[in-house]
Amino acid sequence: MSRSLRWFAIPTALLLIAGCSGGKPDVPGKGAGPAGPPAYGDAIIEGSIGDVSGFLSAVTTDASSHAAANYVFNGLVRYDKDLKLEGELAKSWDISPDGKRITFHLRKDVKWHDGAPFTSDDVMFTYRRMIDPRTPTAYGEDFRQVRRADAPDPHTFVVEYGRPFAPALASWGMHVLPKHLLSQHPDISKSPLNKKPVGTGPYRFVEWKTGERVVFDANPGYFEGKPYIARVFTRVIPDQATMFLELKSGGVDIMNLTPPQYTRQTETAEFRKSFSKYKYTASAYTYLGFRLSHPFFRDVRVRQAIAHAADKKALIDGVLLGLGQEATGPYKPGTWAHNPNVKRYPHDPGKAKALLAEAGWQPGKDGTLAKDGLRFEFTVLTNAGNEARAKTAAILQQNLAEAGIKMEIRTVEWAAFINEFIDKRKFDAVILGWNTTPDPDQYDIWHSSKTGPKELNHVGYANEEVDRLLDEGRSTFDLEKRKRAYFRIQEILAEEQPYVFLYVPEALPVVHNRFHGIEPAPAGISYNFVKWYVPAALQKHKIQP
Amino acid sequence: MLRYILRRLLLSIPLLVGISLVSFLMMHMAPGGPIGAVTDLNPKATAESRARLQAYYGLDQPLHVQYGRWLARMATLDFGDSFSPDGRPVSEKIRERIPITLTINVLSMTLIFLVAIPVGIYSAVRKGSLFDRISTVTVFTGFAIPTFWLALLLMILFGVKLGWLPISGISSLDYGSLGVAGKLADRARHLILPVLLAAFGGLAGMSRYMRSNMLEVIRQDYVATARAKGLPEGKVIFRHAMRNALLPVITILGLSVPDLLGGSVIFETIFAIPGMGQLFYQGVMSRDYPLIMGILTIGAFLTLLGNLLADVGYALADPRIRQA
Repeated sequence: MSRSLRWFAIPTALLLIAGCSGGKPDVPGKGAGPAGPPAYGDAIIEGSIGDVSGFLSAVTTDASSHAAANYVFNGLVRYDKDLKLEGELAKSWDISPDGKRITFHLRKDVKWHDGAPFTSDDVMFTYRRMIDPRTPTAYGEDFRQVRRADAPDPHTFVVEYGRPFAPALASWGMHVLPKHLLSQHPDISKSPLNKKPVGTGPYRFVEWKTGERVVFDANPGYFEGKPYIARVFTRVIPDQATMFLELKSGGVDIMNLTPPQYTRQTETAEFRKSFSKYKYTASAYTYLGFRLSHPFFRDVRVRQAIAHAADKKALIDGVLLGLGQEATGPYKPGTWAHNPNVKRYPHDPGKAKALLAEAGWQPGKDGTLAKDGLRFEFTVLTNAGNEARAKTAAILQQNLAEAGIKMEIRTVEWAAFINEFIDKRKFDAVILGWNTTPDPDQYDIWHSSKTGPKELNHVGYANEEVDRLLDEGRSTFDLEKRKRAYFRIQEILAEEQPYVFLYVPEALPVVHNRFHGIEPAPAGISYNFVKWYVPAALQKHKIQP
Repeated sequence: MLRYILRRLLLSIPLLVGISLVSFLMMHMAPGGPIGAVTDLNPKATAESRARLQAYYGLDQPLHVQYGRWLARMATLDFGDSFSPDGRPVSEKIRERIPITLTINVLSMTLIFLVAIPVGIYSAVRKGSLFDRISTVTVFTGFAIPTFWLALLLMILFGVKLGWLPISGISSLDYGSLGVAGKLADRARHLILPVLLAAFGGLAGMSRYMRSNMLEVIRQDYVATARAKGLPEGKVIFRHAMRNALLPVITILGLSVPDLLGGSVIFETIFAIPGMGQLFYQGVMSRDYPLIMGILTIGAFLTLLGNLLADVGYALADPRIRQA
């Protein structure tokens, strides 16, 4: 259930269940009461702040839709509990020695929910639709890299790339579409399947009441075995406070908590009696990014000074109520690509001032630094409606004032923020966040060729060694080689501070404790959802199959 | 009278076109566009895929062509397809939201009128009395209290502590398996809190309006005349004063017509009600042009219709206007 195949900016601070990831449980992941053997039955009610916008994940981009689609569909590959790729609809795969050809061996025991067999024709069909100009998808690019695709027999699928391309493998986590139901629909987004999906996944679609809820029933013929929980309700509750009240009154069984809810509103004996809270490192980080062509920020000493001035501990305590950790680079702590031994910038206003003095900035009459008659004043931008980022800005403002830097804060509505400021490079500095994917390829964010309009290297970072390493990292399947490249990239980024990496938040899911079988792992809790169960004695909802 | 109505209806067509043109231009002037939600900060979205999406939605055409296409479709009452990933017809998306929004608005408006008119009249008649002062404080409290805060307090009391009422949503999970009576009861239980809250916030305006109308009418000569004739006070108030004080309410009713299909975003978000307010808000945030235009056009049409109805209603109720 928990796969996040792609990166996207997070305009809100709330990550849905689909975004949970690795770590340790706050309380043992065991349910309450008599722990009986696994039993079929009962229902789980999931709270979601957004409605589904469609079930074909090729044409949707929001977390709610992707989470819903994950119940119904499968990809050829998926991330396992340790965030390593494993086969899903593909039993296994081979990569040719030159790294250009991937051969997928498909499972033979898979059926679509309507009973039709799943074959390589479906995979070929999905691939063709991903590159079809009539498909309004934002994810076609990885599939356009394919030089040749072939389905030699019903259970083999072969793709050839022009050059070895490591992120390509993860792109085959894209949900496979049923050819026999979609071939009549040139535009899949307008097909009935986008509203009433038929997939191969653990749950079958039952009902979607727009703006209210989506209902799924366990798929008895699922190739990994019938899921224990008989029914899943996903309730749309746009307000976090309302959702929390629903949780307490039994209207919701699983949701993500906010830091205040986690630390202050759930520490009662009564709450602990009914719920288990979990805590993991989220796949996301927040940063302060500089426009590197700005005369102030061109100097690496100035950026390092700001890194020293920023009190990351205060940020984590103030913004996340302690539920987070310091970010040192663009990778998730605890994953294979993350380098824990890079240069750190402890909070040290004295050191910050010294570095700034070295760069020629001297205190003026009112304490604000100045150089060549220019005062050190700039504006940081962030998107409106994101409380965490607004608080971050306020704390940073105070931190920088201690170092003699005057920072103004401006919040702008998301679309205007992106189009008028980020895309046009009309900013001094920004506070933003990235979601990170298990695959460490970040070519689009750091490569010097990606600084054009609408491209993602919006700070304008350019470093020849990083460029070379990014290329190296994505063009081999050798994990050791990739690791070396990404470790070095993190060292360079830590030294040069094109972003001041601020913090990595925790995902804070809570689950009613009649659910057993939850085993927290680096990938979160929902990766083994089909194995969750409610012992017969504790079942709450009677579901007629 | 009929000719007057016909003339007003015909005149409203160019007005509607004008409103839609202004809305269309304003909408396109707002930064960002429909495909931004999909492609902004998405490393997988290249310039090429962006251009492809632009062409897919017809956004690569000049503005006047886009507006022309929209207008041509509108002429056949076709609102077009939404730009959101589900690509469903706008009319369908609006239609499925209307019943719940309309229900809540009609119920809360009825409640407002039922409570506010007597309260306003009584406050006017007993101006300065204890009742007048208490009701004034109460209705203004309702007006001033932030809805979302009061809503949460009521949810905690009735939903969590007492467990009498559902907290949010408009139907229970087992709604489909209930009988007709069960369905009605379930709906009613879900609607109690939202309707009460919506009405509480709206009491102030209506009751104060009624009160000042009544105060003005009571001071009129014909009321003094009625009293001088020796009519009992009840008859003076209800027969002579109240009927005249109620006249301006017709205007308010007319102006409320567009509100029937409008919804408050905050309100619907708190109660998880899939109504028009949320639909429009999401449409605006994702720059779903056809949906925005559809809702704005319906709103404009209802506003014009409401004005017309108010004028006609007034003419029917007040002979002086009819003769003029």
